[in-house]
Amino acid sequence: MDTFKSLVVILMSSVLVNNYVLSRFLGICPFLGVSKKLNQATGMGIAVIFVMVVATAVTWPIQHYVLDAFGLGYMQTIVFILIIAALVQFIEMALKKMIPSLHKSLGVYLPLITTNCAVLGVTIDNIAEHNFNFVESLVNSLGCGLGFLLAMVLFSGIRSKIVESEIPESFKGLPATLIAASFISLAFFGFAGIVDNLFA
Amino acid sequence: MKNNSNLSILLKGLLLENPVFVLVLGTCPTLATSTSVIGALGMGLAAMAVLICSNAVISLLRKVIPETVRIPCYIVIIAGFVTIVQMIIHAYLPALYDMLGVYLALITVNCIILGRAEMFAGKNTVGKSVLDGVGMGLGFTLALLSMATIREILGAGSFAGIALPFFSDHKIEIFTKAPGGFLVYGIMIAIVYKITHGKAPYKKQFSCEGCPSAAICNRGSCENAVKEGK
Repeated sequence: MDTFKSLVVILMSSVLVNNYVLSRFLGICPFLGVSKKLNQATGMGIAVIFVMVVATAVTWPIQHYVLDAFGLGYMQTIVFILIIAALVQFIEMALKKMIPSLHKSLGVYLPLITTNCAVLGVTIDNIAEHNFNFVESLVNSLGCGLGFLLAMVLFSGIRSKIVESEIPESFKGLPATLIAASFISLAFFGFAGIVDNLFA
Repeated sequence: MKNNSNLSILLKGLLLENPVFVLVLGTCPTLATSTSVIGALGMGLAAMAVLICSNAVISLLRKVIPETVRIPCYIVIIAGFVTIVQMIIHAYLPALYDMLGVYLALITVNCIILGRAEMFAGKNTVGKSVLDGVGMGLGFTLALLSMATIREILGAGSFAGIALPFFSDHKIEIFTKAPGGFLVYGIMIAIVYKITHGKAPYKKQFSCEGCPSAAICNRGSCENAVKEGK
């Protein structure tokens, strides 16, 4: 039961409290780039969840059984980025062959994920920052992905309003978008602390 | 590239093609490490070191690297330099290493570096690429510093750790937190747009221009996505 509780706490804190986009600033590029329409935001979000979980499932064993075992910890960055890049390519090829319908809806977003810092960030965080075990790492990655999806979906709704509003010339486009992101991030501040008292 | 003189390559990174405020690259480290002036300076210089080294090496190897696999090659070169910088900072500046944390490793996927490799170093001579690296690196550092100055003075009432008389009694702590980052960044982009009005290749929206992933996705995905959006 305690394990389950700790997993729920990890999940809740990565979705709401430590939301990757809104409080840790990872994955801002796709957050600003692909959040114009709801269906694109959802597609990108689901693709990110998928890649994050699979990447964690691959990088965690490699860190613990290959890099640590042979004292190659300093190679972490190089190895992880290569794994993620290769993985994204493989996932795209596999989807194209096996589930063409899914590839059609998610395929376009996959290449963009290689340079998404949220994916590299979560795989390094699981090991360096939190020192999670395998299951905890997977749950944390799932949570971070869900948090990304949540932020994207919420934001796409707000962005469609910004387009129609009258704002000063200099603020049109990106500046207005960033200021809107600031307000959403402010709203997510309200979640701080809920995790501590979740099972109290 | 209208004017290719060396000075303009160096200077364009500072304002007209500032990587942070005009090209809107490298947003993640900008927002994350601009909470304190020291952290911003460390991040800016670390990224600049990686940018200069990777630009030089990529430019040297630009005729050797095959066109089709150039992005993975660039990433390996960049990741190698990031690891070196990481080790140096860990050894000599452990406090800074702890402060920057995961964002140091994330210089690897900083769009500025891959973006400059793709847009500039892969096509130009070594000398020009190094100059471009210095200019862009300085632009990045200056942008980080200007944001960090605003955020630290307003949010923590100090500058580079030294408490300021008036501001330390009237802290607006939200500026050091996440919402303040987005807010200051948005306002800074608007100000730079006002200053450089009409001159800078200002980005109204995100597009494939300057996106490092553009090469991998064959300029298809997001441009189509943008078109569908309209």
